[in-house]
Amino acid sequence: MKAEPLLHATGHFLPKDLSDHQVSRQVFGPLQQFPRRVAWRWMFGVGLVLLLVYLGSVAVLLGNGVGMWGNNQPVHWGFGILNYIWWLGIGHAGTFISALLLLIERPWRHTLNRLAELMTLMAVICAALYPILHLGRPWLFYWTMPYPNEMGLWPQFKSPTAWDMFAILSYLTVSVLFLMVGAIPDFATARDRASTPLRQAVYGLLALGWRGSQRHWALWRRTTRVLAILAIPLVFAVSSGYSFLLTMGTQSGWHSTLFPAYFVAGAVALVALLAIVVRWLLCIQSLITPRHLDMLGRLLLATGWMTTYGYLADLFMPFYSGDAHEIEVLLARISGAHAWSFWLAIVCNVGVLQALWWRNVRQSPPRLALVALAVLMGMCAERFMLLIPPQMRDLLVSSWGDYTPSLWDWTLFIGSFGVFLVPYSLFLRYVPMVSVFEVKQALHQERGDG
Amino acid sequence: MHWLRIDHYYQGPLEAPRSRFQSLPCMHCEQAPCETGCPVNATVHSRDGLNQMVYNRCIGTRTCASYCPYKVRRFNWLDWSADAAPSIQAQRNPEVTVRSRGVMEKCTYCIQRISNARTDDKQHGDDFDPSAVVTACQQTCPSQAIQFGDINAPASAVSLARRDPRHYRLLEALGTRPRTSYLARIEEEGAGDEG
Repeated sequence: MKAEPLLHATGHFLPKDLSDHQVSRQVFGPLQQFPRRVAWRWMFGVGLVLLLVYLGSVAVLLGNGVGMWGNNQPVHWGFGILNYIWWLGIGHAGTFISALLLLIERPWRHTLNRLAELMTLMAVICAALYPILHLGRPWLFYWTMPYPNEMGLWPQFKSPTAWDMFAILSYLTVSVLFLMVGAIPDFATARDRASTPLRQAVYGLLALGWRGSQRHWALWRRTTRVLAILAIPLVFAVSSGYSFLLTMGTQSGWHSTLFPAYFVAGAVALVALLAIVVRWLLCIQSLITPRHLDMLGRLLLATGWMTTYGYLADLFMPFYSGDAHEIEVLLARISGAHAWSFWLAIVCNVGVLQALWWRNVRQSPPRLALVALAVLMGMCAERFMLLIPPQMRDLLVSSWGDYTPSLWDWTLFIGSFGVFLVPYSLFLRYVPMVSVFEVKQALHQERGDG
Repeated sequence: MHWLRIDHYYQGPLEAPRSRFQSLPCMHCEQAPCETGCPVNATVHSRDGLNQMVYNRCIGTRTCASYCPYKVRRFNWLDWSADAAPSIQAQRNPEVTVRSRGVMEKCTYCIQRISNARTDDKQHGDDFDPSAVVTACQQTCPSQAIQFGDINAPASAVSLARRDPRHYRLLEALGTRPRTSYLARIEEEGAGDEG
């Protein structure tokens, strides 16, 4: 990577002499003339195929029932819940990158937040579809919501499944708001630069009549901060919600207070991967610099160590409790029929991750991408090892059983990447992927003329 | 669908194991984990303490089954009765609702028989007498190992049996307070369990 001259010691990691015009051209240029059209078509095409696979799997599922999946006695929760937790974990990272770094005022965030927020939105949608498809009668999912009905029935508020509904809906709402409000000034610029009436109209609607007055800016600043403050506790509300789904039961191996933190940590991987893909596709290497990748690598390493702490604590707690069944479940995790999932999680999330101690791994896009891919796979294995083996080792030996995901489990999971990729590819073409005005502001502040 | 599961256990050396079994209907726990799990109130306590399953309210999250430590709940993963003519469906389920695809089911303590007995008593102007109810498993058990009755009535057969020193509850340490409970079997060589 011949990007050494770009490694600047500025707070925003951007070249000092980067002009406003260059920033605008690099970000708004692709909306008119996309630089890597062929690559984009491939991405979109693959996304479409995967989306078709997803729709096909959903049709098979709805046509026949959840029996098409590998779930059975005693493993009632299989790939459906696993993938739900996996996608949500991915979503959390985006919120953290954009909301937390906004509140602690890290100027380097401005080139990453838009792509991370879009990722969160799509990941939450991919995740939110799972609990619905997972139902025996998915068309009745709205019964978990409090709505006026002639039977006078409410949801059962003691159930974590009902909390999930609230958590996901709030998370989705706040994610959309945070993204849309955050992008208003950029949509306004896109509106002003639009070459066709249709684009003018669409960007104009999205910009909500933004004129850039002092009052607009003051309100905008306040709103984004409030939304950021809302978003961060929401991440923990959501992750605690689905952790409670596990802990509220009688199942050994699920009673861990670490789960909420566990599921949040280590999900920076997809942000790193997307940052690498997006900077290449849009040719914005001077905006998302190796220093940015370096920082994402460090974040990945730090959160990875939090996950490692979780693994260690999970290994220690059953023995500390002395509960025979807890120990039994732990042994099933690390040496049972699906021990591969535990060791794969260790190899990917602990082993491979250590490569990030080296700067030339963090700053090299292909190497960082490989580590990020390994972590994504490791996170999947982690969810499997947390969810499946405890169900296979029930309290009564007579209920012990096995679990194998079916073909339709796999197609739905693989297809869900289409649900992510298709809209994401469209965003790449039609949404300014970098928060231009914030980058410019950071540049000005750094130079002392802002 | 097993509403009454027979668990099989072996004891002793592999060459000549002694065979044991235990029948497991729904435990109808007082502190039922399944009831806290259901987001739509499809599994609830009745006034007489039954753990009821409301099929037409169930949306199939399977949280109840995941939370059940006895794993006595069974799920309709697919539509098992679609191929059968309505008359055959009714024949197989003469007194209970035909369960659709995607709902949970389990032992109900033969709620239809309890309701019938209650209605009969009401029609004759009598107070409801639970001891007159005979559940299907109780009826078919040749060794009369299953008893059903009102544990609130101190003189009922089940209450007497529950005062027996051999009485125990399955997975009692979990604190679910199951209504179904067992009498331990006493043998010359040692104690074995029997439902």
